[in-house]
Amino acid sequence: MSADSEQRTIRCLIAKVGLDGHDRGAHVISRAFRDAGFEVIYSGLHRAPDEIIQATVQEDVDVLGISILSGAHNTLVPKVMAGLEEYGALDDTLVIVGGIIPEEDRPGLLEQGVDAIFGPGTPMQETIDFVKENAPERA
Amino acid sequence: MSRAVESDLVERLLDGEHRALARAITKIESQSPGYRDIVSELHAHTGDASVVGITGSPGAGKSTLVDKLAKYYRDQGETVGVIAVDPSSPYTGGAVLGDRIRMASNVGDMDVFFRSMSARGQLGGLSTATADAVKALDAFGKDRIIIETVGAGQNEVDVVKTADTVVVLVQPGSGDDVQMLKAGILEIGDLFVVNKADMEGASRTVAELQEMIHLRDDPRANLDTGHHGAEAFDDAGHGHGGHADASDAETDVDAEDDPSDGDKPPVWTPQVLETVATTGEGINELVETLDDHRDYLDASGELAEKARKRAGEEIRQLLRSDVNRLLEAELDRRGGVDAFAEAVVEKETDPYAVAEDVLEPFRECLDGRDD
Ligand code: B12
Ligand SMILES: Nc1nc2c(ncn2[C@@H]2O[C@H](COP(=O)(O)OP(=O)(O)OP(=O)(O)O)[C@@H](O)[C@H]2O)c(=O)[nH]1
Ligand SMILES: [Mg+2]
Repeated sequence: MSADSEQRTIRCLIAKVGLDGHDRGAHVISRAFRDAGFEVIYSGLHRAPDEIIQATVQEDVDVLGISILSGAHNTLVPKVMAGLEEYGALDDTLVIVGGIIPEEDRPGLLEQGVDAIFGPGTPMQETIDFVKENAPERA
Repeated sequence: MSRAVESDLVERLLDGEHRALARAITKIESQSPGYRDIVSELHAHTGDASVVGITGSPGAGKSTLVDKLAKYYRDQGETVGVIAVDPSSPYTGGAVLGDRIRMASNVGDMDVFFRSMSARGQLGGLSTATADAVKALDAFGKDRIIIETVGAGQNEVDVVKTADTVVVLVQPGSGDDVQMLKAGILEIGDLFVVNKADMEGASRTVAELQEMIHLRDDPRANLDTGHHGAEAFDDAGHGHGGHADASDAETDVDAEDDPSDGDKPPVWTPQVLETVATTGEGINELVETLDDHRDYLDASGELAEKARKRAGEEIRQLLRSDVNRLLEAELDRRGGVDAFAEAVVEKETDPYAVAEDVLEPFRECLDGRDD
């Protein structure tokens, strides 16, 4: 059996950005992703958009998952997206957002380049399947 | 994946593109096709960074200390690369890598390049992957490279030994920590740091460590049990072959240095420092001692010696895994190991005969060569 990348490990960054102390959801997602066989890097609380950009670029994650329950998604998410663009990381990173995102804000975020949004009540398997199907192909 | 793609990646990495550095490490870590070409091309550009390994028990404060060290070096205008290796994660299956959480002092500063690494897919070869990732950071131009790993077993010892200087981090109190050191970590430490010095029992842990280092470097010291209190360790000249790896430290007794010998080679005696990583207390002394050790490595010729040893180990490791792969392929060609095993159990053949048989084409090929 050759150990050579025959089974790809999906790498994810789960990020808490801004002054948002709600970390239950981020922990739940981190654990679920780990159990699904993903490699998860958790950012910790209260990260600035710059830190999230830095971590996404350096860790070369396939998936950036941003968790926001503070209501500040409309200002924070665009900053992160712009930073990823600047470092050439936007095209091959799957960006997903979870937390409390009102219905009316979703089209705007998707337009910014967010690939999907998962609010409370989304079945975990649905999220995991989405990631497995959409994680970018890395040579 | 074509060779041109790898060359382009290397070029962009050498140009200082962070994304290319990140991708190169990804390829190294996942051993994806072409990663060897990348490491080969990078090799010529390495050798300028100073590489420090930090190990210690879980929760000792390694990541917090790495964060403060990185900040110190950045304040000096130096660039920093960090590889945080988590060998405790399973070889297959998921993992949560948490070291990055402690990186709080270098917000958004791309000149601190922090990378989390798991043990996945690296059965035994984790130290090779780490060494290759270090090469990528080195070639990129990082001045200081720090490797963090939990000090647990041989795998981790191998990882941290890819560094020039090894720091062993211990937390006060438990006693378990110092106990654990006896099982292999003690021998590889160039310096010891009692972190969480703000907590009770720090000075006791310092004394315990000093005693253990004394015993390590002078195995006969335990014969005169009355005389090795902590005060004996102020005498910096007592160590001989002070640094050196495990085997040397134990067999080096004959090489006792005579203090009156004029041009004896420089000697390194491991030091025990105290830090409070959360506040940064003791970081200056730590940095100074790290620099002292680096100077010692330079002056004693040990830096070059280590590099040679490491290169030798890298070659052997690569050859082992490559030959292994060839043999596995040959086994498969001949119907797989299971069929042979069955025949052995049925007494139709025996393991030696099978090995001889499978190896034959290799042997023939090698023997048939003229040179
Ligand atoms: C528990 C809670 C708290 C706890 C948080 C404890 C903790 N450590 O997390 C405490 C009491 C501290 C708290 C404080 C506050 N809270 Co509060 N809190 C909640 C509450 C009741 C539940 C949140 C929760 O933990 N849910 C359980 C987890 C598992 O669900 P989740 O986080 O939504 O995550 C799921 C999905 O969203 C998704 N998901 C989440 N993140 C991610 C990431 C990715 C990548 C993916 C794929 C999916 C995903 O998957 C998860 C599982 O399905 C919500 C109301 C609600 N029903 O949501 C309010 C709520 C979030 N809080 C709110 C507010 C206003 C506050 C406070 C400002 C003050 C206040 N009024 O209480 C403070 C601010 C604290 C701070 N520093 O940020 C508001 C936010 C309003 C808004 N966004 O516009 C809410 C919505 C209540 C409300 N209706 O007003 N809160
Ligand atoms: N009191 C005190 N706490 C500290 C000190 N250094 C680190 N800590 C705390 O110890 C905990 C563990 O710190 P980490 O830096 O994550 O330790 P680590 O050795 O990297 O842990 P692992 O990587 O999980 O093995 C954190 O809560 C730190 O805040 C210190 O000097 N004093
Ligand atoms: Mg750590």
